Order: sequence, then structure tokens, then C-alpha cells
Amino acid sequence: MKRFAALFTKTDQTTKTLPKVAALKSYFETAPEADRLWCIALFSGRRPKRTLTSAYLRAWAAEQAGIPLWLFEEAYPVVGDLAETIALILPPPGRKSDHSLSHWIHLIKELAGLEETARKAAILDAWDQLDTTERFLFNKLLTGGFRVGVSQKLMTRALAQATGQDEPVITHKLMGNWAPETTNYAELIEADDPTADLSRPYPFYLAYQLDVPPEELGPPDDWQAEWKWDGIRGQLIVRGSEHHLWSRGEDLMTDRFPELSQARDFLPDGTVLDGEVLAFADGAPLPFSALQKRIGRKTVPKKLLLEAPVVLQAYDLLEFEGEDWRPRPMAERRAKLETLIAPLPNEVPLLLPAKITFKSWKTLAQIREASRDHHAEGLMLKRLDSPYLAGRKKGDWWKWKVDPLVIDAVMIYAQAGHGRRANLFTDFTFAVWNGNELVPFTKAYSGLTDKEFQEITTWVRKHTKQRFGPVRQVTPHHVFEIAFEGIQASSRHKSGVAVRFPRMRRWRKDKPLAEANTLADLMQMLETYG
Amino acid sequence: MVLSFTDRGIYCAQGDFYIDPWRPVARALITHGHADHARPGMGSYLCTHAAAPVIRHRLGDINLESVEFGEVREISSARVSFYPAGHVPGSAQIRVEVGGEVWVASGDYKVVDDGLSEPFEPVKCHAFITECTFGLPVFNWTPEEQLRRDLNDWWSKNAALGRPSIIGAYSLGKAQRLLTAVNFSTGPILTHGAVENTNEVFRAQGYALPDTIRVTPELKGRDFPTALIIAPPSALGSAWARRFPGASTAFASGWMAMRGVRRRRAVDRGFVMSDHADWAGLNTAIAETEAERIFVTHGYTSVFRNWLEEQGYDAAIVETEFDGETLESKNPSEEPA
Repeated sequence: MKRFAALFTKTDQTTKTLPKVAALKSYFETAPEADRLWCIALFSGRRPKRTLTSAYLRAWAAEQAGIPLWLFEEAYPVVGDLAETIALILPPPGRKSDHSLSHWIHLIKELAGLEETARKAAILDAWDQLDTTERFLFNKLLTGGFRVGVSQKLMTRALAQATGQDEPVITHKLMGNWAPETTNYAELIEADDPTADLSRPYPFYLAYQLDVPPEELGPPDDWQAEWKWDGIRGQLIVRGSEHHLWSRGEDLMTDRFPELSQARDFLPDGTVLDGEVLAFADGAPLPFSALQKRIGRKTVPKKLLLEAPVVLQAYDLLEFEGEDWRPRPMAERRAKLETLIAPLPNEVPLLLPAKITFKSWKTLAQIREASRDHHAEGLMLKRLDSPYLAGRKKGDWWKWKVDPLVIDAVMIYAQAGHGRRANLFTDFTFAVWNGNELVPFTKAYSGLTDKEFQEITTWVRKHTKQRFGPVRQVTPHHVFEIAFEGIQASSRHKSGVAVRFPRMRRWRKDKPLAEANTLADLMQMLETYG
Repeated sequence: MVLSFTDRGIYCAQGDFYIDPWRPVARALITHGHADHARPGMGSYLCTHAAAPVIRHRLGDINLESVEFGEVREISSARVSFYPAGHVPGSAQIRVEVGGEVWVASGDYKVVDDGLSEPFEPVKCHAFITECTFGLPVFNWTPEEQLRRDLNDWWSKNAALGRPSIIGAYSLGKAQRLLTAVNFSTGPILTHGAVENTNEVFRAQGYALPDTIRVTPELKGRDFPTALIIAPPSALGSAWARRFPGASTAFASGWMAMRGVRRRRAVDRGFVMSDHADWAGLNTAIAETEAERIFVTHGYTSVFRNWLEEQGYDAAIVETEFDGETLESKNPSEEPA
């Protein structure tokens, strides 16, 4: 664990990319293979299954620290991280040891088969031989959610450097549903054939928001435009008479959207499509909330299948007849895609997004203004001769979203954040006027600078009217411009509306309280855009 | 009640004086020179000989009198004396006795001996007024020896790479504690003007501090690749700090115990070094006073009060305008020009 703790410490002590990659690279060059594999697994979102509930860990840690459980529970939100709270609160270890990372992961897995007393003994024994950083990491392994400031991208880059392979090759090898229990380092990283696993997806190509006037992209003839849908990005794979649907977060979603199994009957073997999964009925997308009902469910009741049927708007072809088409130009991929999708019968839930024709950027800008009428968030611009790249890259693909909807709202509740923002108030509830009453309509967490969060935190401490657990009711005083992407009617919210992707866009210090927007303004917006 | 709590500060009616008041009053007793405890505008000031020079330096021409640690002053029917608080050099707890009843206002304190401040002395009393800036069981300070090793290790590794080391610390107290903790043979020690001004005051008083070089506008950072630079928190990341390109940055504060705070601060290293008591320190200090009544002022007051109640104390929260340890400079004059 010392080697892994040293790696963590090095990556945690810097915000710069280079030293992080260097530390990871050196780890991959020196750690035992089993530890390397687990390191790759952890930093690509794979972790040992949870074998203990956190209630046990809290109780045992409090007991070891000689404090009552309520005091532990008070300290936890201040620290913001359970693994760290436990690591900080425990008395110093009684002895030293240096077992491998794999050793501790093995121990955690073994807990599953043990009685409570034996589990407790194993955990206390582990805590007693680990220092604060090692305990923190061990607790992270126990509690899941291994997010510690090393992205999969950085890990991949370091692994590519350590093994002398190209980064996209490593990226591809790490995609899909491998698990450290069922493979080994040599098979996963050193073996040559990344398509050995038929379900393995390609890395997604992600676009940046357009940050220059479109005229700077060059002649409009070089570009294709599509609506940018508000659904879930999905990669549909048909290989070996099986089909697989992957999310951008590398979740396998195949069973959640059984409609798409029809793809097996209508697409040739060795086809991979990139597109947007949308709830869709009568020729138009349903609100995102309809799709949301489907996301959380592993099995879908019949009623829901009827209420919120899904389609895949397929906008790219990544593999055809088993051949990797990603290097070919967008125009060629699109043309082939059309020959695959256009002839399909209407009941097959695979759609071809309309190509938007435009002669000038000015016309396109006008078309974009009407995005919300088409249930779209804006436009996607793709260069006709561009290959399909891996990851977020600038240049060939751009999101060109419409400006968000905005409302000036009053902050009425505040709550402290977690982790990096543990001692700041960062989670706020905002309200609009309804006569003399303030009606809450959304929460928002992001959009302010650290300095502004610091400032509002000081203010909240001085202007707390009442506390409800961690939530503080504050004097209505500050007005914020809240931006969001969409608005829908909702019976779950007191205001009667739900908004999508709300965030604080500006702190309107110039705006008096009385001039914040009203519920009637929100209703007007719902009428227009809902 | 020997002491009561008013909107101007902690008040002794029998002696008609205030302790660390935050609004102008006729007579103020001051525990130490930090800006939230020693404020301008008081009719008269009383503090220890050791704290007086810094307070004068910061507040200018004031009507100030000072006493020895342990020396007893009669102010009307109140007997007043000062005992070391271990917070910063010269800092004191103030003991007030009226008709045999003893109260102690501890200001800010820490129980670890930092090698420079007069070490904390427990004072037996009936009622004890305590801060609880770090009054949660997650705050357990790195042992002083380990802390010094870590600091010196960081500096010497940077020096070996020809990379300056710049560390943010309060100019009163923390900066001098760092000077005492580091191995000054590693390289030159440079100081920000705000730090050096305080150093000069302390040196004139006879506190032993290693030699330092004041960073002046003419000074070229490139000439000091192995230096340790001590500056107020607000100078880090400012134009002032950019004269030391490629420097490794660090921050010394009790808050550095929390990973989230450390990361938000975005420095290379966070050293857990505080002028305040940690969880164990607070509990030991309170137990050693043998007081039955405890008043908790700034920090995690409600949690700490509940904990003390559970331990059998008669504990209450008092609202004050003290800040405890913050991540920013306390004194506006420390802001870089």
C-alpha cells in the first residue's frame, strides 16, 4: 500500500498534469502486475464490490476514536468525505506494515463471506497498521466512489507512455466491460487485438461549445449541421448476432432499452453506430423527464415502454462490416449510414437525423434560434472531411447551443458543499415572487468563482435565520441570475415547474430584492418553451 | 458573574474593563496582537510586556500599559493577571478574580510548545472562556517533530532542484514559528515586508530568530534558487509571488488537515500547522483548568458545547466577533501592495 499511497500523495499534491502523469507512469513501470491492473481498474471507474455498509464503518470508527456517534456525524459533513473523516478521526496506528494494494482489495472482497464480528476484527486490524493516507485509500476502497483527482484520461496517457503504445490504442483497450477479476495485465494491456471482446465500444468523440463566431469556421459548404438533441449519448454495437448499447460514461445500457434489440434483425453484423437515445413518440422527442423514467430502470415495465418509447437518432457510423470506419471522412460515413437506416421500416427505432441545409452562416444562425421549437438544445456542426476522433477535441466538431433561459431569483436556503467545497456554502435554493411570497423553484450548485463562494459563505454565516439539519434558511437578500436549458411542468415542485441544468450565471448585486422575477414570469416561459 | 458578554466584548463590571473588545471602550485588556483581538480606538490598553511592541507597531500611538506574565493588577475590586496562551509570542490568557471567584478568558491558544511562544500554562479557575476554532475530533495536529521534518524535507528537496520554496503564513506568529522550525543552513530565507516588519519588532524584543532577507522591489527572484520565502497568505499567487518563477508553493494552517481545503487552495503542499489547539489540545486544556463552567466562543461552537455538556461541564455558547484561524490574512496591512 505504501507505493500506491505515495502515488496518490504525488498526484494529490499537485494540480498540474505533467507531474501527475509522471507519477502514474513510474507506478506502471515499477508496481507488481496485479497492482498495476487494479490501479488501471480504479482509475477507470471499476472498484471492488461493496462488502460493508457505511453504518458499520462509522460506528466502528467512532468507537475506536472514543467519541459518540453523533459527534462523528457532525464532523462528517464538515470534512465532506466519509473515507477521509474516518482516516482523520482514528487514533494513530499501533504498528506498521506494507502489504500490496491487491492484498487489501482481496481482504475487502473476503469480507463478504464473514460474520459481523470477524469483519469488524479485520477492519480494525487493517486500520491499526495503516497511516492516515493509507487508511484514507483503504476506506475509499471500502466505501466505493474512488474519485481522487486522477482522471481516466491521465491514467491512460501515463499507461501509454509506460508501455510505449499509442494513447488511442490504450483508450480502446480499456473500453468495455472487462473486470480485474476476469482478466490480467498481460491480456488487457499487452495483447494486441482490442476487438477480441465483441462488446468493446470505441471511445466517444466529444465536441466543445463553439466559442467563436461561426464565420471563423470557414466556408459553410465544408460543414454539416444537425439538431443537438437532449437525450443520452449511446453507441450501438451489432457484432456476432448480439447487440450492446454503451453510454458515454461506459455504462452498458442494453437491457434498459429493449426496443433497440431490433437492430440485430435490421443491421448487418459488424456495425457500430453513434447516436442519441431519445424518448420519442408521434414523430417528435418527448421531454427529457420521460427519458429520465427509463434511465434508472434495469428492467422496464410494459406500461413504461408504451408511455416513453425510445429511439436511437443515429448520426455516425463507426464500424461497417467489421471494419473500423473512424478514419474515413464524415461525409462518407454519413452517406453509408443513410443507405443503412433510410430503407428501414417505420417501426424500427433507428432514425436518421435530418440534415439541415444552409447556404450561409447567417441562415444557420436563424435556424438555430428556432432550436427549442424542434425540441433541440441547439445545433451540432461537423466538418464534412473530419475523421471520428477519440475524446474531447477541438476543431472538427462543435456544439452550438442556443443561449440558456434565464430568471433572476432570490436565494432562500443554503447548504455546505462536499469534498473540495466542504467548508463553503455552495448548494442554494432559489425562489421567485408570487405576490409577497417567495416560492422556491430550483436548486443550483455551480457557476460562481471560489472567491464568490467564499464571500457568500461569510454572508450566509451571518444571516442564518433558522437551521434545518445541514440546511440554513437565510434572510432573502441576494438575487442571482439562474440560467437553465429547458423548463417543464412538474407536479413534484411547489412552483409547478422543473428546470433542466440550472446554474448560477451571475450574482446580481445590482438588483434589488423586489425586482427578482415572478412565478408569472416562469409560467410565461413554460407556456413558450415547455 | 465575574465576566459578562456584551455587544462590545467580554466585560468585567467590577473592574469596568473589557477583554479584546471589538467596539471602542474606555479600558481594554488585550490577549494578543492579532487584528480581531487588538483593535484600534480604545481609551487605554493593558497587555503583557511581551505582546506590547507588536500591538504598538500595529495600532500606532495608543495609550498602552504592560505587565509581566503572572503580575497581579488590582482594577477596582478585580484582580487581573496574564498567563501564557502559547498562541503567538507574547499572547496571554487573562485571569480575573473577584471576591474569590476566578474566571479565565483564554483568547486564542495552543498547547503545543512551538519553541518560540511562551508555552501555554493551565490556570485553575471556576469559569473558562475558550475558543474552539478546531473543535471537532477530525483535527489532530501532526506532531511537532514530524512537522519540522516534513517542512525541511520539502525545502531541501526544492533547493536541490534549484527551485525556490514559497510558503504562506500569517505575518504575526506563524511566520516566526516557521523561522524557528526550519533548518536555516538549507539556504537563504526571504521574507515579505509584512512578515519582516513583525520580525524586526520581535528581534528588538530579544526573540531569537534566524537571519532573513527582506524582499524589496529591486530584489531579483532568480538570484535565490534555493531560498525559502515566507509571505502572508494573500501574497501567494499574486504579482508579488511571480518574481519567483517555478517556485514550489505551500501553505501552513490547521485547515490543511482537510483534503478538500488543501485542494481548493491549490498549493503544492499543505502543512498542518496551527496556532490554535487541536481536538485533544482543547480537551486537555479545559480539563486542566478544573473549571465547571465553560463558555465557548469562536469555532464549531454548537457541536463543541454539546460535547462538553456530555462530558459533564456546564457549557454555553457566546457570540463574539473573533475569527479564529482563517485562510486569509487577518491584518489589512498584510495585503500586498
